[in-house]
Order: sequence, then C-alpha cells, then structure tokens
Amino acid sequence: MSLHPMIAALRKHKAGVVLIALQIALTLAIVCNAIFIIYARIQNVQRPTGMEESNLFLITQQWVGAPSGDDPADLQKLDAMMREDLNVLRSMPDVVSVTPINTLPLFPSSWNGSAALKPGTDLRAGNARTTFYFGDEQLLKTLGLHLVAGRNFTAADVTHRGFRDATESSIIIVTKPLADKLFPQGDALGKAIYLNGGNTPSTIVGEVERLQVPSVASWASGFVWNSAISPVRMNINFSRYAVRTKPGRLDAVMRAVPSKLYAVDAMRVLDDDSVKSFKDIRADAYRADIGMAVLMGVICLILLAVTAAGIVGLTSFWVGQRHRQIGVRRALGARKIDILRYFQMENLMIAGGGALVGVALAVGLNRLLMSKFEMQSMPTFYVLVGLAVVVVLGQIAVFVPARRASNVPPVVATRSV
Amino acid sequence: MLAHYLQLGLRSLRRNPMLTALMVMAIGFGVAASMITWSVFRVVSGNPIPDKSEALYTALIDNRGPQYNNAGNEPPEALDYDEAVALIRARKAAHQTLFYNIGLSVMPEGSHDLPLNASGYATNTDFFNMFEVPFQYGGAWTAADDDARAAVAIISSDLNNKLFGGANSVGREVTFDQHTYRIIGVTGHWDPKPRYFDVFAGMTYAEPPDVYIPFTRAIDLKIDTSGRNNCGGAPVHIESAEAWLHRQCAWIPVWVELSTKADAQRYLDFLTAYAAEQQRAGHFNWPPNVRLRSVMNWLDFEHVVPPESRISLFVSVGFFVICMVNTIGLLLAKFMRRSAEIGVRRALGATRREVYEQFLMEAATVGLAGGMLGLILTAIGMQGVSLLFEPEIARLAHLDFSLLVMAIGVAVLAALIAAFYPSWRAAQVQPAWQLKSN
Repeated sequence: MSLHPMIAALRKHKAGVVLIALQIALTLAIVCNAIFIIYARIQNVQRPTGMEESNLFLITQQWVGAPSGDDPADLQKLDAMMREDLNVLRSMPDVVSVTPINTLPLFPSSWNGSAALKPGTDLRAGNARTTFYFGDEQLLKTLGLHLVAGRNFTAADVTHRGFRDATESSIIIVTKPLADKLFPQGDALGKAIYLNGGNTPSTIVGEVERLQVPSVASWASGFVWNSAISPVRMNINFSRYAVRTKPGRLDAVMRAVPSKLYAVDAMRVLDDDSVKSFKDIRADAYRADIGMAVLMGVICLILLAVTAAGIVGLTSFWVGQRHRQIGVRRALGARKIDILRYFQMENLMIAGGGALVGVALAVGLNRLLMSKFEMQSMPTFYVLVGLAVVVVLGQIAVFVPARRASNVPPVVATRSV
Repeated sequence: MLAHYLQLGLRSLRRNPMLTALMVMAIGFGVAASMITWSVFRVVSGNPIPDKSEALYTALIDNRGPQYNNAGNEPPEALDYDEAVALIRARKAAHQTLFYNIGLSVMPEGSHDLPLNASGYATNTDFFNMFEVPFQYGGAWTAADDDARAAVAIISSDLNNKLFGGANSVGREVTFDQHTYRIIGVTGHWDPKPRYFDVFAGMTYAEPPDVYIPFTRAIDLKIDTSGRNNCGGAPVHIESAEAWLHRQCAWIPVWVELSTKADAQRYLDFLTAYAAEQQRAGHFNWPPNVRLRSVMNWLDFEHVVPPESRISLFVSVGFFVICMVNTIGLLLAKFMRRSAEIGVRRALGATRREVYEQFLMEAATVGLAGGMLGLILTAIGMQGVSLLFEPEIARLAHLDFSLLVMAIGVAVLAALIAAFYPSWRAAQVQPAWQLKSN
C-alpha cells in the first residue's frame, strides 16, 4: 500500500490530525508519569516493617494525676503502675505476649538520635542516625522480630527510668542494617557504641533482621532501617503497650482491654484512638500514598477512555465525509480489507507521530516533577510501555469507524446525494 | 437572537447523541477532576489570617550551632526556653507571645464520667489578641496574671459544653491534671486552617485547641510539652529538672506583631544584636544566625501545602487540558459535519458573524451540560477525598456555593474557548462551494 495518497488526504484535515496527535502526545506524557508515581507509591507501601503484623495492636493511655517522675519515689510509683497494667494485660486469655513500648513502626511518634563508635561524637560528624524503641524482654516476641545474631534481653536486663533521664542502657539490640553501617566487617556483636553523643558505652548483644523506623516522612527516609532497641521501661505520665494475641482473637481482646485497665485504675484517659490494631496504624500511615495511587489510576483510565473517544469521534466524522470516495474506491476494485487497512494505517501514522512528541513530553514532565517534588528519574521502560499502550489504544479505537467505512457498498459511487 | 441560538444548540445536542455525550463527558470529567483537587488545594494553601498575615512574624535564633542545622544553615524552627523567655521580656515588638503544646486530663465534675483529654497551649496574654481568638464569655487573662503565675484558664466552647453544659462558666473552677484553675474566659469557635502558628509541632490541621493556661504557671507545675521537642541530634546532658528546662532543644515557638516593614527591620536588627550579645557572652560560639518569617513566608518555608495536593492539582490541570483538546476535535467534527446546513444559511443571507455566534452558543450549551455532569461527579468525588488526604484535611474540603458557581463557570468557559477554532472554521464555509457539491 502506498502511503502517498494517505498523506495527501491527511493534509486536507490538518486541524483534525494535529488535534488527535496532540491528544495522544499529552495522554502518553501524563499516563507514563502517573503509572510511574503509582509504582513508586505502591513500592513504598509494600515494604515490610520487619514485624509480624497480624494479631498485633497498640494501647496508648494516660494516667490522671500520675506522679511527675522527677524524684526516685515517684519513679518507683510510676513504674509500679506500669507493671500492674502489664500483669493484667498478660493474664488476659488469648494474649500471647505484651511489651511496654514507646512507639511502633508507622506510628506517628518517634524518639530519634544517633549511634557512634566514639564517645561524645556529634551527630553531624558522621556515624548513623537511628530511632529508638524502648521495651522489655517480651518486645522481640510481641513484635515478631527475627533475631539473626546474639541473644534476646532477659528479665534481669530490663531497667526503668524517667523520661528526662538521659542515661543510656548498657546493652542494646540493633537492626542488621544499623550494625552493618557501623561495623561494615559484620562483627558488631559484643562491640560498644555510643548513643546520642553520650559518654557511656552500650554493648550490642543482639541483631534483628529488620525493623522499620516509625516515621514514613521524607526526613526519615535516610535511615529507614536503622533502629535500636533498649531494654528500658520508660516511666512517663502516659504509657504504650504492644499486645500480640492468638490468631483470630484480636478484636475480642481489643474490646476487652479498656474495662480491664479501668478495673486496675479508673483515673486514666482511654479514648477512641487509644486501642488501635496495627492494621489501622498501617492504613493511617500510608493513607496518602494509597489515595494518590488510586487517584492516578482512575485518572489514567478516564484519560485513556477520553482519548479513545476522541479518536472514534473524529475518525467517524472523516468516514462520513469520505463516504462517496470510499464507494468509488470500492467500485474500482478495493476490497473491504483494503478500506479497513487504510484507516488503521492512517491512525497508526497519526498516533505514531503523536507518540513521538509524547515521549519527549513525558520525559520533560518527569524532569519537571523531579525538580519540584523529590521524584525519581523515570526508567525508559515506562515510556516504551506507554508508547505501546497509546498506539494499541489508537488501533482499537479506530477499528469501529474503520469497519463501518469498509462496509460502505460500492454502489454509493453511482448515487448522487 | 441568542435565545434562538440557545434553542438551536439544545436541539443540535439531541441530533448527534453519541458525539454530544462524548463531549459532555470529557468536559464533565475534566471539570470534576480539577474542582476536587482545587477544593483541597484552596483549603491547604489559603491565608489563615488575611488581615494580619503581613504583621505577624515568627522569630528564630540559632541556639545550638551550625553543625546541628539542616541544609542552608537554617536555625531550628522554634526556640529553647532561655531564648524564648528573653525575647518576651525584651518587649521589642508591639505584641509578643510564646507557647508550647500541653495535653491535660480533665475530670468532669459531679458526674460518673471517665476522665477526658484536653489539649491546648501554655501561653501568655498576647496570644489571644495577636491570633484573634474570639470569646463567648469572659476574656483573656492579663499581663499581671502572667507575672503572678496565676492559676487561671481559658477553655473552648466545646470543652465548656462537655464540662458545664454550655453555661457561662467564667469564675468557676476546673481541675486539670489534679491542679485547680479558675476559668477566666470561654472562647468561641476558633479553628484557623492551616494553624500557621503551630506548624512546628505538626498541629497544622489538628482539631481545635480546648484549653489555655499561663505559660508561667505551666512551667511552675513542670508540665511537659505534648508537642515536638527537637534537639536536632545534639547531645543532651540533663541532670536535674532545672537543667531539663534549660536544655538546648527547640520546643517553644515565639511570634511577634510588627505593623510596618520598618518595625520588622528594627526587630530583625534586635534579634541579630541579641545573638551577637550571646556570642560575646560565650553562650554561642558561632556568628548570629536569626530569621524573622511572616505568616505566608513561614507556611511556604514549612511546605504546609502537602505534596499530594500539589501533584494532584498539577495532574488534574493536565487532565483538563487533554479534555479540552478532545473537545476541540469533537466540536470540529460536529460543526464541519453541518457544512451543508451552514452553506444554506450563508446563502440565505446570514453573515459570518451570525454563524460564529450560533456555533459559540451551541458550544456553550455543551459546556453547560458538561458543567452539570461535572458538578455531579465533583459531589461524588468529594466523598472519595478522604481516601487521598488525611481526614483532618479531607473534612475541610466541601462542596460550597462558590465551588458550584466555579464548576459551571469553568465548564462553560472551557467549552467556549474550545469552540473558538471550530466555530471560526464553520464561519469560513463557502456557501457556493457547499451548494454546488450537493
């Protein structure tokens, strides 16, 4: 088939051709970038935290009129209150284990600092930023962490201290990424590190495979897997407990918790958000990411539909306009398939031209988003897939009017309208 | 004549239902997508205090040293206790306030209810005047109360409803964390969004505050901040409660009111002089590093508009452009299909201008129909906004009258703009050629 008559015909419809090509170019640019954004978000959301996330929930409660924790007697009183809560929670049926804890991965509260190889080292002088989790000997079991080296804490390791006490614990468990960052030779076990620029050493007694930091914000993205666990019950006027239940018993235990705790001491604040399953904590943390993925997905689909509709509309118009010419061609011996091919080919040319412009636009848009929104560079793969998608879309969209054109009977040529 | 064209337009919509439906849908979806994202953007990027946003400034001083600062050597986003109190005592601005977040438990009196949690601020008298807090009963405490470290409190109407059934509770007593306070005022509903003065603690879109007590009183009672305490990774060596108070961490925002640019410049000079004085005294061993940021400058600096909102606005505008291009193509097809009709009209004496007007009017009817569809889709989409944004932001975005008018207006305008070229082409139709070829 010669392309010459086709190009000659298209030159008669410059505006229509340019509009379709432009639309395809813009669609390609936006769809590529949107799919890339979706992919990046989904990848972010699917990161495992390192915990076993099912059958796990978090309690946050505040005591009314609790002692301030500034003098030793007050501190003992606060700690006794916490241990009483722990005993009650641990004695509940269907509870596997409980640990006091300051926060959980993905929970919007965190305690961040640094870990260094030398005493008194400033954070910015190098070494690792890290987040701290404070819990007791049941923390690893409750969170379902995988110990890959060394040992867990024992009950005898666990100390307690006030919120304003900056003493660092003498032993610590770190994540493997943090251990490898500080000791690239892989011999972290038994070594001493210094936390928060302090002068007292903390010995690494164990390594867990993985434990994410609480914050999912961009400021924490530099140390997502750098966590350290201290065997400390932190005594403040509020407390948090992580609870692991037997499979399938999560809801029942969560419902029973408030009355159990009120029975110990009614002078405390437990509100709607106080007992929260990890599933909900995860959903809240990634709400924006998932929402963005859904929005982009919906926009992509509608956009492709709108573009397809535009192609159908304009091609239908051309078919109607060339009704007689098609009849003449048929009368002169063109087969149905030739007419169909003609319109398919014509669309391929327009879509191909549009797609080439679209590739340039897609890359440009990606650069613009990179400069404004901390986005990464889009791999060529996305552009190629986008290119294939819009070309195939054009072929599918043009099929309906093209078939109608191929069904124009040759006799039309003999009629005058 | 326009009415007649409108009628013709409506009739023509019915003639090509398929093509018309495509155009209406393209405009409808385009309008809905941009209206939904715009409604969210409008909420998050608005000026929370338009009459004063150029007069309120937050004062920042580097109190830790450049090695702990972030890129660009920006000082911490709030002050430590010593610097904050020094600025308030200096009284170099018309008004000055300092505050930190508190979360107190409160026991509803005389009932068997369980304790509630009330969050709010420990602050000084200028807070209420500077941030334009409305009062339902009573008023703010005085500077004398601040100096006397008085046990007074201001509560929100919401908390007043819970504790006192909404009655005028001024003069009554309330117990927070087992300390008694005398209520001196009840605020009216007050919830500026974004909460520009408390971006530091991440309370930008939080629930409205419920309780305010004097800063001096809160310090006496050693009430800890329930907000952010940022030590920036600097070593914290604290041996006593007194040392805790003077820790070199950022936790207290300070705001000042300066009515003219000259005042602001003078205040900036004062801050620089203060930091230089600290350097001379040996407290700071780095040169003065201070900032004075106005409300909008501060919101911009803190990236208060969430990136989700910006990206989605960006994408929706792109989406809308594609819908417009699509509409231009379809209108062109629709109008050119009627070349014969145009030829007849022109031959019968219609001017190009009249043909032009007729087709623009027809496009406007398409725009109107698209706007209607867009409104329905916007209303549906609003339900889904909570999926995309934090619930705190989502509940602020709603379909109001101005958005309604805007949706219809944008749709009609878009259709008219889209119709310029196709209508021009229609008006160019040569009557003789059309009549001959048929």
